[in-house]
Amino acid sequence: MPQDLPAGPKSTTAKYWRKPLDADTVKVPHGEIHIVVNRCKGCLFCVEYCPREVLEISEDFNVKGYHFPEVSKDDACVNCGLCEMLCPEFAIFCVLDEEEGGGEG
Amino acid sequence: MTKEATLEPELSHPMDDLLRMDRIPHIWCPTCGLGTVVTAFASAIEKLQLGLDDITVVSGIGCTGRVAGYVKIDSFHTTHGRAIPFATGLHLANPKLKTVVISGDGDLISIGGNHFIHAARRNVDLTVICVNNFIYAMTGGQVAPTTPLTANASTMPYGNFEQPFSIPYLADSCGAVYVARWSALHVRRLVTAIAEAIAKPGFSVVEVISPCSTLYSRRNRLGSGLDLMRFYHDNCEIKHGADTRELAIGFQEKITVGKFIDRDRPTFVESMNNWYGKVFGDEYEPYEGSVK
Repeated sequence: MPQDLPAGPKSTTAKYWRKPLDADTVKVPHGEIHIVVNRCKGCLFCVEYCPREVLEISEDFNVKGYHFPEVSKDDACVNCGLCEMLCPEFAIFCVLDEEEGGGEG
Repeated sequence: MTKEATLEPELSHPMDDLLRMDRIPHIWCPTCGLGTVVTAFASAIEKLQLGLDDITVVSGIGCTGRVAGYVKIDSFHTTHGRAIPFATGLHLANPKLKTVVISGDGDLISIGGNHFIHAARRNVDLTVICVNNFIYAMTGGQVAPTTPLTANASTMPYGNFEQPFSIPYLADSCGAVYVARWSALHVRRLVTAIAEAIAKPGFSVVEVISPCSTLYSRRNRLGSGLDLMRFYHDNCEIKHGADTRELAIGFQEKITVGKFIDRDRPTFVESMNNWYGKVFGDEYEPYEGSVK
């Protein structure tokens, strides 16, 4: 049976089949996503490939007329940085949230 | 009014230090993979902890050729196909500098094909990042020597019937010491590959399969660059050390990616110093560059 465990500070989506032995000590890092909205060209690489599905497409337009990404589940970001790596426009980046995420754990 | 003059207008991206911000936003189309390749290159520099004065970028002409104009390190935007000869001269003048050629398949393999094979043969200490989007993208979608069979191009309106080059096979058979292929989606592995290629003495080649939404994808009705990324996600097969003869890419067929070749051969400068050292004995002073 999968059980929901408090694996990290706010990782609401984490599900485990078995509780990891060090679940109490390991802190899942938490990242804060920054989006430079007006650089975005709406390729949606970040939305498609975010492993925690943190981002979604905004209904608004930026100055270029593209739909930019928006953070929908701020809690779920684990600061993996894949959105930052994939973004071809240098428009999104993650910063480790020291207070909440507790760094490397 | 758009919502986002409001969010965080003055945000500074960590990449901004490495980019010529007066030229950003770049001209690459939405869903083009080139920006991702630039990020991967920057991450590789960071990973190797190279100073920005230790490295130089040479590009030819084309969409990928514009990389040289966007990175804030010493960079040269050369004539069409001549990125490698230019980089060879640069390397010979100052062999301590890490010289990286970032250019496209049309520039490096077609027009610069002869330079590519001879630089590989001589094992000049260069790193070549060849971004392969299967077509001449900037000039209007003409057929390139890497366009897969049956794919449509503006000069092949009924489909391509010319056998394409397989870049890893070409590089391997000409004597490159490091050959890898990744897609723009495999960013982490791409960073590792670029870092390994830069650190490797000798002619190293990293082929990056990158989506071209405006020409290759549109002409072949493959959707956007995002659809091509999904295609890479589903169809790239990682096979390290694969036989380079089996790496040909068919139209919308499986793409084999991985690190194929990692071997050691004396570089051009090493061979020259060894040979002249033997011929002239102590009279010969080994060449270490003309820039002190």
